[in-house]
Amino acid sequence: MIAAFSRFDLHRWRLVMVGGAIIGAILICAIFAPAVAPYSPFDLDVASMLQGPSGAHPLGTDELGRDVLSRTIYAAQISMKVAFIAAGVGLVFGTLIGVVAAYFGGWVDLVLMRFMELLFSFPAILLAVVLMASLGTSIFNAMIAIGIVFIPGFSRLARAATEVVLREQYVEAARAVGMSHGRIIFREILPNILAPLLVEAAVAFSYAILLESALSFLGLGAQPPDPSWGNMLSTGRGFMSQAPWLSIVPGMAIFLSVLGFNFIGDGLRDVLDPHLRD
Amino acid sequence: MDHARKYATEGGPPTLRVRDLSIEFSRRQGPLRVVDGVSLDVWPGEIVGVIGESGSGKTLTSLAALRMLPKRARIASGSLHLRTTSILGLGDREMRALRGDRIALIPQDAMQSLNPTLRIGRQVGEPLELHSGFSIRRAAKAAVRLLDSVHIRDPQARVREYPHQFSGGMQQRAMIAMGLALEPDLIIADEPTTALDVTVQAQVLTLLKEIRDTKGTSILFITHDLGVVAQLCDWVYVMREGRIVEEGSIERIFTAPKAEYTRMLLAATPSIHAPLRRARP
Repeated sequence: MIAAFSRFDLHRWRLVMVGGAIIGAILICAIFAPAVAPYSPFDLDVASMLQGPSGAHPLGTDELGRDVLSRTIYAAQISMKVAFIAAGVGLVFGTLIGVVAAYFGGWVDLVLMRFMELLFSFPAILLAVVLMASLGTSIFNAMIAIGIVFIPGFSRLARAATEVVLREQYVEAARAVGMSHGRIIFREILPNILAPLLVEAAVAFSYAILLESALSFLGLGAQPPDPSWGNMLSTGRGFMSQAPWLSIVPGMAIFLSVLGFNFIGDGLRDVLDPHLRD
Repeated sequence: MDHARKYATEGGPPTLRVRDLSIEFSRRQGPLRVVDGVSLDVWPGEIVGVIGESGSGKTLTSLAALRMLPKRARIASGSLHLRTTSILGLGDREMRALRGDRIALIPQDAMQSLNPTLRIGRQVGEPLELHSGFSIRRAAKAAVRLLDSVHIRDPQARVREYPHQFSGGMQQRAMIAMGLALEPDLIIADEPTTALDVTVQAQVLTLLKEIRDTKGTSILFITHDLGVVAQLCDWVYVMREGRIVEEGSIERIFTAPKAEYTRMLLAATPSIHAPLRRARP
């Protein structure tokens, strides 16, 4: 892993850079939305509703005369926030559970991993919907629900990677100098299982965006009038023949962000895989 | 006639005393005894060799002294004492305090034993952080001094490097430096030179001898290489199939081996004086 960063090789990093550029652009739009967006996402203008793309509204207006471009840009805030927090929840808790299970083994492993399998046995969208139903519909709960959906995947990956690292002699050497369990986990194991987890995290980002859109589409995520790509799609659906841009624009936004995160994930996998080196 | 054991001290206890140690692996068909009634002593300032083929139980015996046996292995009977401390009577926390502080392990493959994601200096100074409460900065300074003591050139710059930037010999010397950090009573060296080429091997052996001569550290040296034993050790135990078949001073073992197995081992070592013969079991 260290060797991968020692010398910057543009050719090997190109996929990561393309993905990074897409996600970077979306992030900048999200963070600086008030400066980038031409209008407020909530400004109603009934006189100019359902207008096609024009000079004043580059991507047209919706059924209440709101600027679609501005709403799409503001919706990026929600999507990115959900992606980062949900993937973060999955990464942190999943990794912790997987590492602890592999490190201590025995009944700890048995109990933790059976519970993970229980979570795994539900389809992701169903689990998220059930969690949303019990937590209540809000964007914060959507983040938590999507994060919980990710925990089993991360925990399995972390457990498998830890099993490999545990067989390494440097873990034994660490025990031989008298390191505590916590220190061995944080100093010896975690840095050495990071590579596959980062790849998984990038995939989780794209999946989180899809799941958030799906939940908002079903009315379980962001609540109107807050714009989200999912609920924009949902309202746009009703105007497919009159105003196709209402669906196409948020759809493209979802497509681009998923593509960007997948590029980063695939690229990272290639960069970090020692077998593909040189 | 055996030579007297010159490092044995009157009255005082040996650095490591192992008595009737038996180790078993649990299996479905019942326990499998892999170390059977082993007794050995390592006296202060003495370099003791344990020689035997793979599977003879020599590594398990040394790991038992650190209480680091594999999960399915357990100590069935016997006792281990470090000076006056009974190793088997210690709690987990006390055992951790002992590892690296009073007993250090120098493993076979140094490259595999260094964490690839941490700088050398951080790892070499680690025992000081763990056991002596050194700050990271103080441990880093000590790491420079430790690398210097194992003759690594330009230690100031080297502490900032990662393990893969070190050669095999330097990695092994870094591991030795780490083992020396707290001036332990006993160093267990488990085939530390096997992965190294012959010239580097000689440097590492010289270094171990120098450590014993300057600090009076006891060394338990595990190996299958008779040549290494001859260069380094004062006293030798020969192990086979979990038992000690012979012990004696290095001179006696090489000139007048008693056990059939020792004779076979000696015969299997190519010599420039004798013509090659096939060893018979």
